[in-house]
Amino acid sequence: MIEFSCRLARPRFTLDASFNAASGCLALFGPSGSGKTTIAKLIAGLDHPDSGRIVVGGRVLVDTDARVRTPVHRRRVGFVFQDGQLLPHLTVRQNLDYGRYFTPDDTSIAGFDAVVDLLGIGHLLGARPSTLSGGERQRVAIGRALLASPHLLIMDEPLASLDADRKLDILPFIERLRDELALPMIYVSHAIEEVARLATKVVRLSQGRVVAEGPPADVFASALPEAGGDRFELVSFLTGTAVRELPDYGMTVLAHPAGEITLPSQFGPPGKSLRVAVRATNVTLAIEHPHGLSVRTALKGRVRSVALGDDASALVVVELDGGDKISALLTRLAVADLGLTEGREVYALVKAVAIDERAVGSF
Amino acid sequence: MWAITPEEMVAIKLSLRVATVAMLVSLPFGILVAYILSRARFPGKIVLDGLVHLPLVLPPVVTGYILLVLFGRRGTFGAFLEQTFGIVLSFRWTGAALAAAIMSFPLMVRAIRLSMDAIDRRSEDAAATLGASPLWVFFTVTFPLALPGIIAGAMLAFAKAMGEFGATITFVSNIPGETQTIPGAIYAYTQTPGGEAGAFRLSVVAVVISFAALIASEIMSRRAGQRRAGFE
Repeated sequence: MIEFSCRLARPRFTLDASFNAASGCLALFGPSGSGKTTIAKLIAGLDHPDSGRIVVGGRVLVDTDARVRTPVHRRRVGFVFQDGQLLPHLTVRQNLDYGRYFTPDDTSIAGFDAVVDLLGIGHLLGARPSTLSGGERQRVAIGRALLASPHLLIMDEPLASLDADRKLDILPFIERLRDELALPMIYVSHAIEEVARLATKVVRLSQGRVVAEGPPADVFASALPEAGGDRFELVSFLTGTAVRELPDYGMTVLAHPAGEITLPSQFGPPGKSLRVAVRATNVTLAIEHPHGLSVRTALKGRVRSVALGDDASALVVVELDGGDKISALLTRLAVADLGLTEGREVYALVKAVAIDERAVGSF
Repeated sequence: MWAITPEEMVAIKLSLRVATVAMLVSLPFGILVAYILSRARFPGKIVLDGLVHLPLVLPPVVTGYILLVLFGRRGTFGAFLEQTFGIVLSFRWTGAALAAAIMSFPLMVRAIRLSMDAIDRRSEDAAATLGASPLWVFFTVTFPLALPGIIAGAMLAFAKAMGEFGATITFVSNIPGETQTIPGAIYAYTQTPGGEAGAFRLSVVAVVISFAALIASEIMSRRAGQRRAGFE
């Protein structure tokens, strides 16, 4: 679906990255300055590589060897900017119509009413962008991009400028785009929870290079982080089915073969399949079933591997009953005291409130 | 004392006509040059920038003399214009309009360019990703967002054209009824014994017109600015 291979040299920054992606949501993940926004701009045509080739959905957008460079307005690559970039002199409706005007009717992927419905922006149509909140602006920006019927939708840190609650408002909409419109997406972010929730594939970047790519469970579960890596970026994924909501406590309980998982919010009706991202720093291991602890989630499994770091830390990977793997970052001292070795039966404990709502997505 | 004579009325109307024509004809060029200076990157841009601003720093008489050399009946462009289009500029009101346009051009370009520089380029990028070609982006994004600056530039140019004297008198002289604008007429009055009253009357008129142009510019660009910021 997407083939990307580009080189670009700038003062103090060099990008040299290649990756492929099938349909679904590809996340470009990395710290600021890693080149993810540059890649997004190269694909959209807002920047140009020194050399390289970009193919989207079979269309060659850039091929420096063949001297092909499709201009931005003919690429059909939608772009959602960090702060929306709505045209300030137009109303919301005019903004939404802007891209439609340039799109032939028969290629439209979604109707006006459907998009307005999907994003819940019907009450805003007459308003000017300056009167909208950040979250509203971002939803309009997404709608505007959709109505131009792109072959690919790029979102560049679309939630970065919003506060936590607004982020939670918008994530479900993006999930619906991915699932209901089957629109290929590239999601650029340095927020691991958003990536964990949305991505079907992750390309992880560092200093202009691809350092890992693959399904999120693989990319974020790699053994001890590479030199300079961030121990808070080690994430495991658990997939379970919602069995009941506890409205009084504002919680959801998830069934998992290794035990029940309690989640810190209400995530919808029983039967829904949910994927939860858990940071390795938030996982505690116990060698017997805990009692007298406030932690509700205790998942049974066996130690699969123990990797001791150069510093105080040790990464223990536990294979849970049912096959999911969960990583726990402990101290080397704790590993020695508990005698954690391969094959040892343990319980992985996760505090519900340590799970970010953004990191829980339907799958 | 306050009664404006028919001759003065002729000079006032001529000034308005010269300034209006100068402003309207130079506006498209002003927008184009401002756009190029604001957006394009090319070798020699600094030369274009310098050329545009030259009339601001040259003695007006020098500008007028250059115009006379180039656009006089025997000048390079003057002869061409006369033979090809039958347009004569020297010693005609059209020449006065040309002189006024050249002299006010830097002010116009500067105001428009500043407003174009202030536009967030990502607005234009966003429009392009939505399928708008560069020409569409210009007319639907750049132009409307720069409108307050364009209005301000146009009005500034109008006011400057109303007051142009040095280049005009050098290029097209000071012929009553043909090239004598308000400043020319005031100058003529000051050279005539007993012309003080006339000079005073025309000066008052010049102040009123220039002030009205400034006020109108302020109101119009404020209105356009409000629309742009979304308060309407």
